[in-house]
Amino acid sequence: MAKAPALPTGFELPLEPRLPRIGSIDAVALEERAASLARRSIKKEAKLFALELAIRMTDLTTLEGADTPGKVHALATKAVRPDPTDPSIPSCAALCVYPNLVPAAVARLRGTGVKVASVATAFPSGQSPVDVKVRETEEVVAMGADEVDMVIDRGAFLSGRYAKVYDEIVKVKHACGDAHLKVILEVAELGTYDNVRRASLLAIAAGADFVKTSTGKLSGAATLPVTLCMLEAIRDVHEETGRMVGMKPAGGIRQAKQAVQYLVQLYETLGPDWLTPDLYRIGASTLLNDVLMQIRKERTGRYQSGDYFTVD
Amino acid sequence: MTELEKRRSAAPVPSGWEYAPAPESRDIVRIEERYGHFVGGEWLEPRETYATIAPATEERLAEVGQATPEEVHAAIAAARGAFENGWSELPGSDRAKYLFRIARILQERSREFAVLESLNGGKPIKESRDVDLPLAAAHFFYYAGWADKLEYAFPNRRPRPIGVAGQIIPWNFPLLMLAWKIAPALAAGNTVVLKPAETTPLTALLFCDVVRQAELPAGVVNIVTGDGRAGAELVKGDVDKVAFTGSTEVGKAIQRELAGTGKKLTLELGGKAANIVFDDCALDQAVEGIVNGIYFNQGHVCCAGSRLFVQESIYEDVVKKLKRRMQTLRVGDPLDKNTDVGAINSRQQLDKIRELVASGEEEGAEIYQPPCRLPEKGYWFAPTVFTDVAQSYRIAQEEIFGPVLSVLTFRTPAEAVEKANNTPYGLSAGIWTEKGSRILWMAKRLRAGVVWANTYNRFDPASPFGGYKESGFGREGGRHGLEPYLEFE
Repeated sequence: MAKAPALPTGFELPLEPRLPRIGSIDAVALEERAASLARRSIKKEAKLFALELAIRMTDLTTLEGADTPGKVHALATKAVRPDPTDPSIPSCAALCVYPNLVPAAVARLRGTGVKVASVATAFPSGQSPVDVKVRETEEVVAMGADEVDMVIDRGAFLSGRYAKVYDEIVKVKHACGDAHLKVILEVAELGTYDNVRRASLLAIAAGADFVKTSTGKLSGAATLPVTLCMLEAIRDVHEETGRMVGMKPAGGIRQAKQAVQYLVQLYETLGPDWLTPDLYRIGASTLLNDVLMQIRKERTGRYQSGDYFTVD
Repeated sequence: MTELEKRRSAAPVPSGWEYAPAPESRDIVRIEERYGHFVGGEWLEPRETYATIAPATEERLAEVGQATPEEVHAAIAAARGAFENGWSELPGSDRAKYLFRIARILQERSREFAVLESLNGGKPIKESRDVDLPLAAAHFFYYAGWADKLEYAFPNRRPRPIGVAGQIIPWNFPLLMLAWKIAPALAAGNTVVLKPAETTPLTALLFCDVVRQAELPAGVVNIVTGDGRAGAELVKGDVDKVAFTGSTEVGKAIQRELAGTGKKLTLELGGKAANIVFDDCALDQAVEGIVNGIYFNQGHVCCAGSRLFVQESIYEDVVKKLKRRMQTLRVGDPLDKNTDVGAINSRQQLDKIRELVASGEEEGAEIYQPPCRLPEKGYWFAPTVFTDVAQSYRIAQEEIFGPVLSVLTFRTPAEAVEKANNTPYGLSAGIWTEKGSRILWMAKRLRAGVVWANTYNRFDPASPFGGYKESGFGREGGRHGLEPYLEFE
């Protein structure tokens, strides 16, 4: 198993090929850039393109204490066919559930092309011993999860024990085997964009396939500036190493208009190569129906009431 | 089409997500067939006229007057009459009332003005909508607030208005420059004759409508249009103060003309600003600042960050990121809400940019332009960056006033200061570093009227703006901006 290297100040990780410098982020300018991208005016075919892409990128999510196999079955069905009246609407990328619900999700989704993602590693706090986290990861993969959404140990990160954070991600990545690993930074707890950039590079260095903003369990979830900050880290890694890392904003994206803004930001930061569910996901529970409603509006010129879209 | 443009139009345009056109409707603004001069609150039928066009399409928009000496003098006489018959005696709080009205009307009619500004000037609608108009209104609001507080602005100095101000403004921010000129002049109790630039008279002419709507007394604001001949006549005329924003060459001629006349003068002229990037900066945000510094308003900005100084240790990273960012700039229809870079203001300016860019290539600088399709009609120039530039090249010395950036390098802060100051200009500068103490160290040593740190091209009516050396003298904005319009005991 890979061992975390000793990390010097600012952890310029001694990995080859070298990672980008950590540097710093100017919060005012970052937020300004994000706001200016959000003002793009996306209309007609360009809007339809974005809305359909948003569906294909959605990780439909239910992470409640009250989740049951029945609820997961209903949501899985929605993920496969978001709009039963319109076969041209694509499926979602994945269904994201708690570990205990993985079997129910797998049972419904096997062979549909929709992936099963499971949160793991003592989601959402991450405050458990590392062997418990590794064991949980192994179990969800054994139950058939295609993707694992882990959380970083923010307590360790904020107290400067970066090696511990790094080491855990390496171990969880190993436990994932062929399953894809998304690393949740929980940006609302990191406090600064500098920390978000640090944590993104740390997670990527440790082997993350995706970096993800939030658990969705805190009020401050994904925002456009924080996502831009992470996209820029991904871009720098790609420039330096050629490695393509995915991005997943999650939490707080409820409207189609927001989804379009996120995609504009993605397109103008990382370019057309990232416009694929293999490299970008949107974690959301209530976004889908608004996107469906907007697609129907674009096609027919009329809004329909919420009653014409299934509540799952 | 130059060789360079031919090569560029053959280059592939990146594929991907095509944004559908999102043009702002031009129906909101009504353009008259023909405009006269606005003198004494009335439209004066012009004796001579010329056509003003849309630089993006070369479409003829309207006939406007080319002011004759008699017309200019009539405007000055109207301003003199208004000054003597009441305006200068009006309580400051009453002058403030008019200025507040103008500010509010500009806000209410901002979409109309923004569309007209983009149409006549070629700048992207997102800039006229989000920058020019809000700032123009803010300027009137700001100086409205000073109108009844002049005694407090200059305590124990008994400020009084000067009289009639002759004001000549450029074509890069037509309405905003009008606001910069008219708002402090009126707040201080003067009356004005303003001449907008030859190529961009329309928003100033629409502004006459605002003046009427605000019921400003006749003759307080007079607008005459035309080329440099009308400007020269205004300078020579019976005015007490001349305020000019434009080229250094014309500024010098005005100063020669006014020498010994006793008329007050302020000049806001050219620039060749240094934008200095240190290796500890927030890199991606600095790149945004570089782009904003030079491609904002097609580089038609006197304080544009046209000389980029990069610390040599991060030179390659910065250039790589800059070129990548330039590829996402959307050049095209100024009225499209997604356009980042619009049209060059005039044929004359386009020729000047082309000439200087050709000189840069001849002198041996490496040119880069992102692939982009430029419209066939109208005046266009792709965003351009030169690397391998020596301090002695013309593109590093002369003001290009277009979307053309020259990149140079430095090794230490002292060298950065020395090279940045090594220009006849001194209007503005930018510093990019995360180290606060270095910002202060640099700002103290840079000979530039405005020094931005970790931002660029940011304006506020409360902040004075103006230059050192050949960039002019006098300050506009802030309390300082009142001073040139006042006399003291």
